Amino acid sequence: MSRPVSALDGASFAGFAHVTEIGPVGMITLRAKPDLPGLAEAIAAVTGTPLPDRRRIETTGDKAAAWMSPDEYLLVLPYAGVAAALATLAERLSGRHHLAVDVSDARALFRIEGARAAEVLMKLAPADHAALAPGEIRRTRIAQVAGAFWRDETGYNLICFRSVASYVMGLLSHAAQPGSELF
Amino acid sequence: MLILECPCCGVMAEETELAPGGEAHLKRFGAGSSDEDFETYMFARKNPKGVHFERWRHAYGCGKWFLAARCTATLEVFGTYPAQTTEPPAELVEKIKAKRPDWKGWK
Amino acid sequence: MSTRLAKGGRLIDRTAPQEFTFNGKRMKGFAGDTLAAALLANDQILVGRSFKYHRPRGIVASGAEEPNALVNMGVGGRFEPNQRTTTTELFDGLTCTSQNHWPSLEFDIGVVNNYVARFLPAGFYYKTFIHPRFAWKHIFEPIVRQSAGLGKVPKERDADRYEYAYAFCDLLVVGGGIAGLQAALIAGRAGKRVWLIEQTAHWGGRAVVDGVEIDGQPAEEWIKNALQALVGMGNVTLRERCMAAASYDHGYVLCDERLADHTPGDGRPRHRLWRVRAGQIIAATGAIERPLSFAGNDIPGVMLASAMRDYVVNWAVSPGDRTVIVTNNDDAYRTAITLKEAGLEVPVVLDARANVTGDLPQQARAMGIRVEVGRAIAKVKGGKRVTGVAICAHAGQGAVLEEIACDAVAMSGGWSPVVHLWSHCGGKLNWDESQAHFAPDPARPPLNHDGSALVVTAGAASGRLLTGDVLVDATAAAGGDDAPTASAPFEAAMEPVWIMPQGAPVQLRMKMWLDPQNDVKVSDVQLAAREGYASVEHTKRYTTLGMATDQGKLSNINGLAILADSLSSPIPQVGTTTFRPPYTPVTIGALAGEARGEIFQPLRRTPIHDWHLANRAYMEPVGLWQRPYCYPRTGETHEQAVHREVRNTRANVGLLDASTLGKIIVKGPDAGKLLDMLYTNVMSNLGIGKCRYGLMCSEQGFLSDDGVVARIDEETWLCHTTSGGSDRIHAWMEDWLQCEWWDWQVYTANITEQFAQVAVVGPNARKTLERLGGMDVSKEAFPFMTWKDGELGGFRARAYRISFSGELSYEIAVPASEGRAFWDALLAAGAEFGMMPYGTEGLHVLRAEKGFIMIGDETDGTVIPQDLNLGWAISKKKADFLGKRGQERPHLASPDRWKLVGLEALDGSVIADGAYAPAPGNNANGQRNTQGRVTSTYFSPTLGKGIAMGLVKGGLTRVGEVIEMTRLDGSFMQVRIVDPVFYDKDGEKQNV
Repeated sequence: MSRPVSALDGASFAGFAHVTEIGPVGMITLRAKPDLPGLAEAIAAVTGTPLPDRRRIETTGDKAAAWMSPDEYLLVLPYAGVAAALATLAERLSGRHHLAVDVSDARALFRIEGARAAEVLMKLAPADHAALAPGEIRRTRIAQVAGAFWRDETGYNLICFRSVASYVMGLLSHAAQPGSELF
Repeated sequence: MLILECPCCGVMAEETELAPGGEAHLKRFGAGSSDEDFETYMFARKNPKGVHFERWRHAYGCGKWFLAARCTATLEVFGTYPAQTTEPPAELVEKIKAKRPDWKGWK
Repeated sequence: MSTRLAKGGRLIDRTAPQEFTFNGKRMKGFAGDTLAAALLANDQILVGRSFKYHRPRGIVASGAEEPNALVNMGVGGRFEPNQRTTTTELFDGLTCTSQNHWPSLEFDIGVVNNYVARFLPAGFYYKTFIHPRFAWKHIFEPIVRQSAGLGKVPKERDADRYEYAYAFCDLLVVGGGIAGLQAALIAGRAGKRVWLIEQTAHWGGRAVVDGVEIDGQPAEEWIKNALQALVGMGNVTLRERCMAAASYDHGYVLCDERLADHTPGDGRPRHRLWRVRAGQIIAATGAIERPLSFAGNDIPGVMLASAMRDYVVNWAVSPGDRTVIVTNNDDAYRTAITLKEAGLEVPVVLDARANVTGDLPQQARAMGIRVEVGRAIAKVKGGKRVTGVAICAHAGQGAVLEEIACDAVAMSGGWSPVVHLWSHCGGKLNWDESQAHFAPDPARPPLNHDGSALVVTAGAASGRLLTGDVLVDATAAAGGDDAPTASAPFEAAMEPVWIMPQGAPVQLRMKMWLDPQNDVKVSDVQLAAREGYASVEHTKRYTTLGMATDQGKLSNINGLAILADSLSSPIPQVGTTTFRPPYTPVTIGALAGEARGEIFQPLRRTPIHDWHLANRAYMEPVGLWQRPYCYPRTGETHEQAVHREVRNTRANVGLLDASTLGKIIVKGPDAGKLLDMLYTNVMSNLGIGKCRYGLMCSEQGFLSDDGVVARIDEETWLCHTTSGGSDRIHAWMEDWLQCEWWDWQVYTANITEQFAQVAVVGPNARKTLERLGGMDVSKEAFPFMTWKDGELGGFRARAYRISFSGELSYEIAVPASEGRAFWDALLAAGAEFGMMPYGTEGLHVLRAEKGFIMIGDETDGTVIPQDLNLGWAISKKKADFLGKRGQERPHLASPDRWKLVGLEALDGSVIADGAYAPAPGNNANGQRNTQGRVTSTYFSPTLGKGIAMGLVKGGLTRVGEVIEMTRLDGSFMQVRIVDPVFYDKDGEKQNV
């Protein structure tokens, strides 16, 4: 196995906020309804988090579980742990209707950091930041592509599709240009 | 530019996050159906000035389809509800009737 | 002459002089000046020429409503035409030139139009379109094109950056005058999330200039305190230089923030387009003063009365030494008083009203200003600037009573509320007889998503013109009840004056300008009415009234009053034209936002993209994907490169980046059932480890997508879609699952981008993979139309033995993060076997040689699989599938349908793209009948001749027949109908 290379191989931009493409990061799309028996336990076994409620992302350390839609979750974990995690899910949810697939390489993940990190996203997404609760993941439009972001102690995480990573990097760099602070 | 509350994820989503899907509550007629039924299903669409039921998908959000009741003239939104139903919820129908006494009903 | 006054000027900083040039002439102003104020301070009365007659034009207004004083701003990448000098802030080094003249502003040849004005009446353009027929093309169009448009088109790439930003608030207050401030204070104190925006760089609106008192303080003091209070509220956001351009449904408002217009090149974005979503909008947008229609009202030096006192009070600029004031209301007396107090002469105030009783006229008289009642201007004298006025009785026909020398005229015809934001999304207006204007009807507001009033107006925008009323109205608009008190003089009623004097004969009416930018006069609107134009919308377009860059902010009400009078209809019955966004012009850059250059659109890249670029691939868009079309070598044309790539793939081995191929996982107990509905053939019985080609149709039966389906395990299938089709097909699957068969147990996931997929194609494909090693790729262990998971050269790989070229072929998917490394490994392994990459054009040629269809080439949304001889892929056994009922329609089963055939020119040449086959006779429109068309056409390097596929009436029953097909030059070529499989009919090459 060769070294996995993320979409932009760690590109970064320093503006009024700091933008970095990070990765590779492990991501699993898990499709299941919340009432599936054993689901919470299976997710806990993989990410160590509780089953996230609607629009929430639950984080512990370098792992997280996010609610993506009424029957879809995104599990975030170290890249090297994906195969084992998929095996755990398969075992724990065996015989129960679900779908778990590795999407680590189908996505790009960005960090946006700095006191004004939110302003970068306010230029790109039609999302009301004041309406976002702590621990909420917001799936929305990032200029012309789909994306999702959530906030943690030091900044924002933003995911998008891998094929448009360079477009999104261009957007973030443009939006973080020094002198274009919003407030 | 409209805003609709996605009943699946609860986000007040603006139109750019949404994809429209035409009239709601169509009944599918498949193989072997009569010409009349198929024509109605495929082609006969309402175009009311007033209360209308529509399909929308939260395309840039949770990806789910949902249904919306809306006035095409004033753009007032009476309500949104999940797509897994063949008719509008009764309480929504009552709400619309109260707001639009002349409305003839959804069928 | 106009000049800078020695004292005053509340907005200028005399310690900060600024130099600028106008038409190359160096001039001086102060920080805080508008360009208009600075031009006036330099006695530049003449600033431009009108659109049609090239009449001299001066500054009329002091704000956004200015129709005349437009200039070309800047140079090079910052050149921009049609900039209003009245809203342009002066900065050091500003460069501007006047517009619409040749050779110079002072001496303009186009002014000849002025002398033939009688031949250029209303509807001139429309009339030239109609007759005589030859004249439009040969005479009028060249002239109109030559002289069309104000200003010049920028030639260079815009040097500035632009961006969007999204904002959300409970309440958006538009307008930073006292109404807006008061509304924001009330709402801010109530804890609402408030945005307050002001289009100029200053807060307070007209109140300071008008000298009113609020809560016992001078307006300036009250404004300062209000601002301070607002700044201190964490829930209130203030933005100046921010213009609400448009309001749309459900509280969506576009606001253009001009960040760096006045500091060009400072590195900030020039404009920011705020896309505000407001729970409610308060339009505190004020009112605009109306001009009066008297002869010569367009001569430079004639100005709105309010603008004239703005220039004096705000910028210490006197537009004239001797100013005659003409009015139909009390407010204009403020200007007389202001001018007098500034030490300037006001020889007379001409008041059209017979009775003048207000406090302000009283005060003016007391100051010794001569006031003449029942009087009007018969005509203004002068050419490039005012030299005097002739006075007459307003009630008469214009007999001159007296002439008075003056160098400026201040006019006031009353005030019209700015109702644009109210009207943009459907708010209705009432005609207010007493103030002679349209004002919002609070009972018929535009509605929000919950049915509540989306827009509320406040202050002058509601038609409340007196300070006390403004504050009461603004307080109520924001839900408060405790309005500040105002002290302002009593103002008596205005009287509408639409033509001055009342009985003006046509010679005078021909010199009364309604729209000075587009040169529309009172006589033009009257002519339109005589010619039968009764609708205000038609009259607007016929006369061009209100169609200039100012969109009729000054001219609309006056124009429709003239129209109403000509039609003998009441004004409200004639109505207004539609208010359309934007309120003032928004530069295209702001509308484009960040979307230019590299981020104009989201171009999608495969994991191997960088290799393609490094190896000089010629890229083409496939949907939003960027794909290599071919890889030209030094000295090769694209065509030669494609031929080389095709020949090498047939002879040795080719490599294709097929990562764009859609990949959708479908899993669940009912997955087979779903796929049997989505595909025309049966997928539920596909064996695990096997692949099957499938077709998807719309409910109408038309072919929409194709691809190979692989059965992964008992409950899981992987569906390949066309490149660029994966999102659409995934959405299609989810639509049926969510909205029709929601009780079926199926999950889908679009995993297109998880993998880099590479096709290894050609006789040496197997050898290449064997060289990589790790997977048994022999014919026996890995037969055609099967797939395998395993390792290849140390990469985690899923390989499919499928072929879109007719060659021995493997399509191998590896994780995208290893795609580039895998591609490199394949190139290294294949080097000794003659491996070359090939692009999308090679792919097309290879598939066309085999007669394989391509969605989008052979299909166009009207083609069913049966038309493409794909009946074999349509299940006869299944009770139903999407499209089955549609295909049962008699028309789709007709033997007359055009069906897929191969086509070969008798001379071996390549048939033109899009060529048609004519048939005998003509259709009902007199056009030749047709019997077929080309869908794909290429030169086949394998066969050394042109090959094509097409749809022809009768299809394969006509093989061997020779028909005609069109060439691009209109001639015809002889074409033989053949089998569409041109190469390796028995499939021997792929099945080895």
